[in-house]
Amino acid sequence: MQIFDVFLLEAIVNGILLGGILALLALGLNLIFGVIDVVWICYAELIMIGMYAVYYLHNVYAWPLWLAFPACIAVVAVLGAVMHQLVIKPVLSAEPINQLLVTGGVLFLLQGVATLAFGVEFKNLGISLPTLQVGEMYLSFARLIAFVVALAGMIAVYVFLKRTYLGTAIRAISQDRSIMPLMGVNPNRIFLFTSALGGGLAGLAGCLLVLQYDIHPAIGLTFGPIIFLVCVLGGLGNMIGGFVAAFIFAQFISVGGYFFHLEWGYVIAFLFFIAVMFWRPQGLFGARS
Amino acid sequence: MTKSLRWIGVAALALAPLMGMGEYPLHLLVLCLLWGFVYTSWAIMGRLGMVSLGHGGFFGIGAYGVVMGWNHFGLSPWLGLPIVLVSTAIVAFLIGYPCFRLKIVGHYFALVTLALSEIVRMIIVALRDQTGGSLGATPTTALADTSWSIVALQFSSKLVWFYIVLGVWLIGLWVWTRVDRSMARLALEAISQEEDAAASIGVNVTKVKLAVTMISALLTCIGGVLYAQYQLYINPETVSGIGISLQMVFGAIAGGLYVRLGPTVGAVFTLLLAEGLRLALGHQIHGLDTTIYGLLLVLFIIFMPKGILGAATQLWDRRRGAKALATAT
Repeated sequence: MQIFDVFLLEAIVNGILLGGILALLALGLNLIFGVIDVVWICYAELIMIGMYAVYYLHNVYAWPLWLAFPACIAVVAVLGAVMHQLVIKPVLSAEPINQLLVTGGVLFLLQGVATLAFGVEFKNLGISLPTLQVGEMYLSFARLIAFVVALAGMIAVYVFLKRTYLGTAIRAISQDRSIMPLMGVNPNRIFLFTSALGGGLAGLAGCLLVLQYDIHPAIGLTFGPIIFLVCVLGGLGNMIGGFVAAFIFAQFISVGGYFFHLEWGYVIAFLFFIAVMFWRPQGLFGARS
Repeated sequence: MTKSLRWIGVAALALAPLMGMGEYPLHLLVLCLLWGFVYTSWAIMGRLGMVSLGHGGFFGIGAYGVVMGWNHFGLSPWLGLPIVLVSTAIVAFLIGYPCFRLKIVGHYFALVTLALSEIVRMIIVALRDQTGGSLGATPTTALADTSWSIVALQFSSKLVWFYIVLGVWLIGLWVWTRVDRSMARLALEAISQEEDAAASIGVNVTKVKLAVTMISALLTCIGGVLYAQYQLYINPETVSGIGISLQMVFGAIAGGLYVRLGPTVGAVFTLLLAEGLRLALGHQIHGLDTTIYGLLLVLFIIFMPKGILGAATQLWDRRRGAKALATAT
């Protein structure tokens, strides 16, 4: 029996492509957690809103995609900032778990609003991108684009964090939150900016996912839990860790799904997550506090 | 005085359905008590700082375990019950022991347990040949030519269910009280505030936390069994996964985590809200109920973190304190 066949190779490559998207999502969440110390349980719902934004701008208002995508990113970025101002800011000094739960409330709120405004029917852009043949493998062009753009987005964020004043301030805060006032930085401004940046990344992910998946109000629940687990696996707030963990997790889903069935891929990935938590509770790459 | 009042309240509740209550109000009453029981079970550990998002997993094991046993093996729910309880205990131990040993708390605990409830949901969906997958499952009916079957734990009369659920709910409150009055509670409160300090004065943190978790998980599992047998329809999305886990947390928080009847008040509140919105708006406007539900949750956590009953008792205590002060001076 030949185990290393072309389908397995295809599964591995697809896993890498999925890893790129997961890494992008994990980066947004990690950025927010690192700076503000809050886990947005509703992060995937922001992506869902982004997907609807692209759909409505493109299919209903007939905007070209090159205009709809930046608009989508802007919409979700604003949503992220609004969310921080209205929801997170009032509970910043409350118990950490209340901060987690309040975003859970936003999860239901956004789902409800999406159902109200857009209905429960599945929607899609109606664009079918070609399939790419590489050797004997068939790869989805949409996934390939998503991977490349996600990588480019991450590099852009990385350069921003490394090279600009604001980026340096953000990195400093995510390392030591208590120094912020000492450095004469206005915390609320940084928080708002980070939330907008995190939202913008969710918007970018929405643009990439809308090319591959049908949109419906509950779509966030299908990848929301995966994003949190990737972040925890890499060490909450650790951006490099989240990046690596995304690719590991994606391989479990993709290759596990190849050997058994898609859901079993997820089950295996989740079990792996729990096992890792018991082995390294601070995450694969987290520093022990 | 308050004790006799309490018994009068329970008696009034038990007699209420005999006063010629309609089917629909009775149905609501059963659901209030059932969810009240489940939220109370969650709150047993939640109020001590262990915010679990894994209770959807325990609920799902109870609901699906018993129904699958009955449908595929003809196993009576009475025999299925001990099996799912043992399974739940094992799962709760496997997840709880390492968590508490390694001091996984706060966000990390919530997210690790979230993985558990998602695993249960995924397994139910993945076993679609047996469970029916996302379409859900219905216990094979035993009520074809009879109105009740004790072996199948199926009753067409809502009144029977009312008394079963009332009994279970009272047991839930009793357990809550027992935990509340035990020495362990003081230890646990110490833990929820400062774990290392609690350990340093000789509290076996892991053991105490594990015991409370097991109690809470087992009661939740019973809730799952009752839910499946009462509704006679289960679905992986409604009995497991992130949705139901958050529902339990929010129900308990909306009512008030730190008072005995708080979670029940939360159940009554969320249920009446959902039903009220449904009746007022009909089925035409999809999503409005979820929107208002989500909005209220956000407002509750921001403005009333102690919950409805918690805030009310606080206000009451303050009033009484002020009055006592006024008469004293």
